[in-house]
Amino acid sequence: MTNREKYDQVFIDSFSVTKDQLNEGLVYQSVQQWDSIGHMGMVAALEESFDIMLETDDIIDFGSYTKGIEILSKYEVVI
Amino acid sequence: MKSFFNDLECFSNSIVFSTKSEQITYEHLLKDIQEFSIHVKSRKLAFLLCENSIECVLGYLACLRAGVVPLLIGSSIDEELLLNLIVTYHPNFIWASRNSDLFNEKWKMIHSNRSYQLLERTDQFEHSFHPDLALLLMTSGSTGSPILVRISYKNLIENANSISQSLGISQHDIPITTLPMNYTYGLSIINSHLLHGCQIVLTEESILSKNFWDLINAKRATTFSGVPYTFQMLRRLGFEKMHLPNISKITQAGGKLDLSMVKYFAEACADRGIQFFVMYGQTEATARMSCLPAKDALRKAGSIGVPISNGSFYLLDNVENVISVSDEVGELYYKGPNVSMGYANALSDFSKGDENEGVLATGDLAKMDEDGYYYIVGRKKRFIKVFGNRISLDEVENLCFKNGYYCICIGIDDKLIIYTTQENLLKELKDTVSTKIGIHHSAISVRYISDFPRNDSGKILYSNLQVD
Repeated sequence: MTNREKYDQVFIDSFSVTKDQLNEGLVYQSVQQWDSIGHMGMVAALEESFDIMLETDDIIDFGSYTKGIEILSKYEVVI
Repeated sequence: MKSFFNDLECFSNSIVFSTKSEQITYEHLLKDIQEFSIHVKSRKLAFLLCENSIECVLGYLACLRAGVVPLLIGSSIDEELLLNLIVTYHPNFIWASRNSDLFNEKWKMIHSNRSYQLLERTDQFEHSFHPDLALLLMTSGSTGSPILVRISYKNLIENANSISQSLGISQHDIPITTLPMNYTYGLSIINSHLLHGCQIVLTEESILSKNFWDLINAKRATTFSGVPYTFQMLRRLGFEKMHLPNISKITQAGGKLDLSMVKYFAEACADRGIQFFVMYGQTEATARMSCLPAKDALRKAGSIGVPISNGSFYLLDNVENVISVSDEVGELYYKGPNVSMGYANALSDFSKGDENEGVLATGDLAKMDEDGYYYIVGRKKRFIKVFGNRISLDEVENLCFKNGYYCICIGIDDKLIIYTTQENLLKELKDTVSTKIGIHHSAISVRYISDFPRNDSGKILYSNLQVD
């Protein structure tokens, strides 16, 4: 699995979205399942998939599918 | 006793509400309430589709002052469920965001304030309300036909006063909302602070959004509250390292927080001079019944504390005898002036008087230690708390059955487990339940089972099912 595939799978599993919803329009609270509970689930899943530990500010800033790619690059994860 | 909705006049020039973009004084609030009140009549029913905004809270206060009985409903309610409620209870008014578009020619817009509009039904309907009935709240989650709790004016006033005593609320406290106002615990925070002329920061932002923390700092909010899940998130965010210079009080209720989490927050708060209060309550008791004083947070970690002022607890054993010794488990009963009048399932229940007579069987199993502090140890009834909301397992089973699924439910807090014999419908069942009861799908686990475990008489053996 490539990093992109792993990243996408986390979103699909966490928010019950389809592949074609994975774009810049997928932001926090834009779909019903991306609420605070879904958000924490996504964070945990990303941490497990990429073996990283996100900082407080990054968890709070992680407001969209595209923003997440930028944030993960800080942890040397290239999507 | 002072009333948080009738005695607002004395705080005239203080700020009452602030939001990201606005702040208003008590005087300004009273003017807005006055304008709203012209359009409503006493002893009518109003549905309030709630969000934490100035316009929504002022509608709530205007109703209480005018003798209109409001039913508080979350603005994200399932549309079918809302229509059911309208058909069942015939509201005369609906106070909702202009964005809600499910209203038709039966409704006429008669007033508006900021983003909200007041709709009046075009055909008249007369309710028969008991004179003490002040407010209706929904309980037991949102499974199909929600049960309403009938709350009196006295319940509201008493509970706001008791809570403010337990927490030592003063005019210097500035709470920021973290819970919906249609949720009893969230509402009680608003009520108990209005009583003291506090400024309340109203927001719909979650603690996971940057806007929330920006707002906390900009408004110098001093206190917030949470359900167990809020504290799990805060811990993951690294609460002990967060920069919160103005926070002086944090309260937790809405379910039992793990002992290790209680200790973590008690310690982290003590280190930073923050008072940490654990509380216990139910909608049936208007909001809250007990409080663990901040000074005991660590020493009595895991306890729900002692009853609030004017309230008392007692425990009954299996044969309904009062337990008089410490450390023996029984069902927890609460007695106090905040115990609601009873439930409503139908329109005719609105005229009923006080059926509880000040006593509530909580359904929780508890024990008391030798110092008089209470501890919840289990539940008598089959329900769980999911993210602070009570979910009846039997109601979930009924809901599934009505929607054509065959299943049985067990669970622990924050985890609903559904066993079904319909192997091909697992995903569909999960989505349906998640949507219908409004809880995140990650809290639901749907599992296949070939046969339900039953005893000789056909009764389901829930204890044979695995939680993990």
